[in-house]
Amino acid sequence: MRIGIVCPYTWNVPGGVQQHIRDLAEALTALGHRVSVITPADDDAELPPYAVSAGRAVPVPYNGSVARLAFGFLSAGRVRRWINEGGFDVLHVHEPAAPSLGLLACWAADGPIVGTFHASYEKSRVVSVTAPILQSALEKITGRIAVSEAARTTLVEHLGGDAVLIPNGVATERYAMAEPLPGWQGRGDGAREDGGALGFLGRMDEPRKGLQVLLRAFEILGRERPGLRLLLAGPGDADDVAARVSPELRDRVVVLGMVSEEDKVRAYHSVDVFVAPNLGGESFGIVLAEAMSAGAPILASDIEAFDRVLRGGRAGALFPAGDERALAAAAGELLDDPARRKQLSAEARAAVRAYDWSSVARDVLRVYETVAIGDAGVVESGLGA
Amino acid sequence: MSYDWIIDVLFWIAVVFLVGVYVSWRATRLDRLHVRVETARAALDAALVRRAAAALELAASRLLDPAASLVLATAAHEARTADAENREFAESDLSRALRAVVDQPGFAGTLAARGDGDGKSVLDELSSAAAKVAYARRFYNDAVAQARIARRKLLIRILPLAGRAPLPGFFEIDDDPPGI
Repeated sequence: MRIGIVCPYTWNVPGGVQQHIRDLAEALTALGHRVSVITPADDDAELPPYAVSAGRAVPVPYNGSVARLAFGFLSAGRVRRWINEGGFDVLHVHEPAAPSLGLLACWAADGPIVGTFHASYEKSRVVSVTAPILQSALEKITGRIAVSEAARTTLVEHLGGDAVLIPNGVATERYAMAEPLPGWQGRGDGAREDGGALGFLGRMDEPRKGLQVLLRAFEILGRERPGLRLLLAGPGDADDVAARVSPELRDRVVVLGMVSEEDKVRAYHSVDVFVAPNLGGESFGIVLAEAMSAGAPILASDIEAFDRVLRGGRAGALFPAGDERALAAAAGELLDDPARRKQLSAEARAAVRAYDWSSVARDVLRVYETVAIGDAGVVESGLGA
Repeated sequence: MSYDWIIDVLFWIAVVFLVGVYVSWRATRLDRLHVRVETARAALDAALVRRAAAALELAASRLLDPAASLVLATAAHEARTADAENREFAESDLSRALRAVVDQPGFAGTLAARGDGDGKSVLDELSSAAAKVAYARRFYNDAVAQARIARRKLLIRILPLAGRAPLPGFFEIDDDPPGI
């Protein structure tokens, strides 16, 4: 298929939507489809061969924060020309409700249009006021996708109608192989002479991520196992975390703070057991999926989302959420049982394949095929429509 | 002596023109929604036909036991031949029959191993067809919901902008796909 994808935000600025589009475009290309992405980009930005620039985005205050958006006659003209020359079978617009290229593309095109909604927010006045303006453009979208249950709720509340749910994918290969961080052994196959290591990744100052449960469990485990170390990564204040650990255990708790993407992958490969002690509020658990892709043996709280992703405990051990004693006991068992760790690692790698981008791309492709019946394709819309 | 009346006339001509443009724009939007409903309905019908065909193919593949084949073939046939009134029930029954057959423990693995890869291709086709029914139905109901909202607007009710197009109805079935 010839697929035109519209990115609303500047390509080279890191962001969830941009990453999503990059991964999707590459997965679709790998399946043999022809993909073109139009996106705002800075003049000197390097774009991949499949991407086309629609000009620079300007920072403007929108919906309570400053967003970099592309609009105006120049951008509109470029979108129109791209649609006209592209001869697409289907047009895939991301975040079409943002006043950027997505909205312009809806305006300029007729035919099979798929829209993916990423954002979720509480009912806001801004959106209620702008809804009638958006409506006439968004009415043209023939297939709507939401990336999360929250995004879908937002969409339904603000704009009515419905959407299918296709969650974000995980680029599992990116996590599959890596050297452990310097000073860490990485997971071994045998029993650990040095006591082993536990790992955690996530916001350290967000109680729902459950770091406090893990720290309490380490108070028990650290005393039982003199060599055991704890590796913590994620945004948050390192001194603040250290203050929450007993002085005699403090030198065995290593706080990395914010890490680069590359070091994050290496962190997953540095520990014997990866712990996800979240107390709730996770719809999917991207961190868990990354750890699974890295093949880390996982010990997670038994909240619903984790139970589902870990296949009821087969692809990772579960403990009752918030219970540090159960966490300590389960972690101890795993540390003493290399065979079980190896088995969990293999099961995790297998289970996470369902969340790989190739599976997501397959589902998105089914959406394309559903809306693109007939062979009229996407055409330029008359002015003022 | 003044030309005030000319200004007045020009003003009213402009007002009438602008109202005309607005009404025509609203009519275009409504028409586009109706077209979207029809296209979505065609896509849904195509997806349902394809799913029934995939179910029949599986039933006729000689890869299943005869009882399971019979269950699938009957449900697929009922879904294909149901009249408008019973269509939704028959399609829901087909969804249930598919789940009953495919969700048996070890089904996918056993079938994939049979018939030199035929089993796998039939199963892939069925999985894709079932997923597309769910997508197509969502998109159709989404279009219907928006068309119905538009039809309730004051302007559309006062002026006969909807023409004789019937108010579209939702398509409600159980379309949970089997876990392949």
